[in-house]
Amino acid sequence: MRIGVFVCHCGSNIAGTVDCAKVAELARAYPDVVYADDPMYTCAEPGQAAIEAAIHEHKLDGVVVASCSPRMHEPTFRRTVERAGLNRYMLEMANIREHVSWIGRDMNANTNKAAELVLLAVEKLRNNRPLLAKSFDVNKRVLVIGGGVAGIQAALDCADGGVPVVLVERDATIGGKMAKLDKTFPTVDCSACILGPKMVDVAQHSNITLYAYSEVEDISGYVGNFTVKIRKRATYVDWSLCTGCGACTEKCPSKKTPDAFNELVSDTTAITIAFPQAIPKKAVINAAHCRQFVKGKCGVCAKICPTGAIKYDMEDEIITVEVGSIIAATGYDLMDWTIYQEYGGGAYPDVITSLQYERLLNASGPTSGHIVRPSDGKEPKSIVFVQCVGSRDKSIGRPYCSGFCCMYTAKQAILTKDHIPDSQSYVFYMDIRAAGKLYDEFTRRTVEEYGTEYIRGRVSQIYPDGQGQLVVMGVDTLMGQAIEVKADLVVLAVGIEASKGAPQLAEKLRISYDSYGFFMESHVKLKPVETNTAGVYLAGVCQGTKDIPASVAQGSAAAAKVLALFSKDKLESDPQIAQVDMRRCVNCGKCIQCCPFGAIKEVEVRGEGKAQVIETVCQGCGLCTATCPQGAIQLSHATDNQILAEVNALCQC
Amino acid sequence: MNFVYYPGCSARGSSKDYELSTQAVCKALDINLVDIPDWNCCGSTPAHAVDTELSAALCVRNLDIAAQQEAELVLTPCPSCLSNLKLASKRMEDPAFRVRVDELLDGPSAKTFPPVTSVMQGIAENFDMEAIAARVRKSLKGLRLAAYYGCLMSRPAEIMNFGDPENPTLMESMLAACGAEMVDFPLKTACCGASFGIPERVMTARNTGRILDLATQLGVDAVIVACPLCQMNLDLRQPQASKEMGTSFNLPVLYFTQMMGIAFGLDHKDLGLGKLRVSADGLIRKLEELRRDSAAGSKAAEGGRS
Repeated sequence: MRIGVFVCHCGSNIAGTVDCAKVAELARAYPDVVYADDPMYTCAEPGQAAIEAAIHEHKLDGVVVASCSPRMHEPTFRRTVERAGLNRYMLEMANIREHVSWIGRDMNANTNKAAELVLLAVEKLRNNRPLLAKSFDVNKRVLVIGGGVAGIQAALDCADGGVPVVLVERDATIGGKMAKLDKTFPTVDCSACILGPKMVDVAQHSNITLYAYSEVEDISGYVGNFTVKIRKRATYVDWSLCTGCGACTEKCPSKKTPDAFNELVSDTTAITIAFPQAIPKKAVINAAHCRQFVKGKCGVCAKICPTGAIKYDMEDEIITVEVGSIIAATGYDLMDWTIYQEYGGGAYPDVITSLQYERLLNASGPTSGHIVRPSDGKEPKSIVFVQCVGSRDKSIGRPYCSGFCCMYTAKQAILTKDHIPDSQSYVFYMDIRAAGKLYDEFTRRTVEEYGTEYIRGRVSQIYPDGQGQLVVMGVDTLMGQAIEVKADLVVLAVGIEASKGAPQLAEKLRISYDSYGFFMESHVKLKPVETNTAGVYLAGVCQGTKDIPASVAQGSAAAAKVLALFSKDKLESDPQIAQVDMRRCVNCGKCIQCCPFGAIKEVEVRGEGKAQVIETVCQGCGLCTATCPQGAIQLSHATDNQILAEVNALCQC
Repeated sequence: MNFVYYPGCSARGSSKDYELSTQAVCKALDINLVDIPDWNCCGSTPAHAVDTELSAALCVRNLDIAAQQEAELVLTPCPSCLSNLKLASKRMEDPAFRVRVDELLDGPSAKTFPPVTSVMQGIAENFDMEAIAARVRKSLKGLRLAAYYGCLMSRPAEIMNFGDPENPTLMESMLAACGAEMVDFPLKTACCGASFGIPERVMTARNTGRILDLATQLGVDAVIVACPLCQMNLDLRQPQASKEMGTSFNLPVLYFTQMMGIAFGLDHKDLGLGKLRVSADGLIRKLEELRRDSAAGSKAAEGGRS
């Protein structure tokens, strides 16, 4: 074999603490190495051209690149060697940046370790075999999980691009958090007026199948060929018959049902339609509060329904859909702010969340858009907004900024003045983060035109003064003094966290998530929409905090990724998968049991049972190869021989 | 039951009534408090505000004697003493700090010190609420009380180990076991102004005024405290708070041990009630009337049955 070694300087990233020339020199003495060099930037065009030239000039049949993490540039260099006529799996990388130069300062030790890692790669490469990818068909249908504004945008863009879309929404209506908002910043236009038409488009688009009140139960398969089980939760109303007339909601006697859509600021009936613009506009029975279910008799809605749509005996239904790609757009929830005992821990009715305040402002909300105090229904004149409740607070383990609270608080202060002209709003803030287009102008307007008092400082305590008002104690850090404000209503800008159940969904999707439940993108800067699972993309706040424009943009971006994927009729499979040596297999079945993907099945070969790998399902995790007592299953490109060659090399260093 | 006890210097001066009632209540519960022999002042705020090591040395001397006595637990009634003793013990885990403190003492101090806790927690650890209720002779039923812990009892949370630092509830549980109605008192952990009563009298008056005002608004019969300095600021300085708030407060401020002692039917002299500036006589009268009414009520009920 004729191997070439390229030890990259990566500018000073590697060469700063590794003697790259010496590593190259040492490499020339390694077995089968016929050429070694230390280029400045191997990934740059001249660097890649040099590799191609060396392959031709020195008749190389294998290449080792010692540089950065293979997660970044392995695909780059595989294409490089392929252009020069080699099989792409005749490339090995030694990570001497993340694993060497960035973590140690000792030049000698670093140089030694780098040389040893290069030797490891050389020994592995000597055992490499060319591998060939197979191609398979793509199912050109996409699943969008979550019907908030990001999911809606992604679904519409995919559908407009000619791709059939299955949209799954957990709640009874699509629209997500945006449907609950009154107005939106920085233009103060009506949220329902701009979102409503998009929701209707979803309902009317011939390419979109909507499953509301449904959840993803299970996902199997791989890019191009996912099989998804969806649980359609029982609504107890036959939606094919329900016309959304609302007669049932008017007559329902269970009027003390907590209203989740109105953020619990009001009660609703046990059978409800979330809001007037709901899509689908269909009724749902909340069985936990329905008299028919709780007491066993009532039946009022069944009697009143003109189409006979009420079905008390309805059960959850599991349906299966086949798709080629998945977009996760599961959004966010508010963190549990009641851990803040100093703000009353939820005990004071006139201390509410900003999302509850949106419902009070909203014309289709429980107060028809009149701002009133939950405690006594009186109009508040002094309103205090508290920013960063559960954001940027290390003491409760939430160091991150929720991103959009500064802006919606400014908007809510403006709307408050519009609703109640003789009111005074106060905003306690840490910093005003208004970095978007027209955002800073907007917050200035709140202060300068609407007379909102901005107080830079934290609130230490909120308590009722015993005479109907709340005392807000805090600090004004610009004036350097303690401050007390009497408030009729306090609105907390509660921090956000990933939507409930996000980590469980991530497990089903086989994607990563951070310690707060937000889904991990493939690369923070360069792959913000992709995940590390091929064919799974992200849109909206499920990936991290975002406002509406950014969520919409990411929804479109995810759709673009899906359309690009579906532009090909066939995809190449990864050949780095498990393979069974039929002669050694004793059909013990251990591999079938341990495979997390169901990628191994039993087949009969000449009257004997044998294990067989389903090539398109295998993800190359290697569990079966470690489990097989006979060593009959080998993972291509990480065979026992290849791993042992590396271990041998390392032990002899 | 014997406990090693650190009274703190205010117990022998400004808060004799706290000391008397603590001793009386503990005796009633068969808890025997044994003073650390030859104990000294913990240094209080002046020491730790000026020199952390000197403050620690003063505390460690007491802890060292307790350790020599092989005490398993030290009880102290005063939150300031408790905070100083606990913090000193914690800081001594740093070897460099320990060396500097030991230099200030007669010799190297013990390797480990016994844990310190408040009298309130000490009682609660050994008597559940049912046991406290069983000791009640004169139920506080009909009295409306506010529990005020002050700023120090529950903070810092990781040192003081007193439940939610913003909303401790132990005192409420103990007094509720004695029959009292406990109001939700949002300012229960607000600062009374502490030692700023001397250099910044107006600020302290404003802080205590806020607390007394809310308690008055909530219609309580008394504010119940667990700290000598809080008691002094809320009780002795009540006229200053009244002046600052433009009102005239007249709210008794009792130690929780005094209130428990009343419920246990102990002699009022042993509880030091006479030491209070705002007299508890009205409170006692109200309680006696309530008990008389309920006794009459139950007698009437008996009459009805016969």
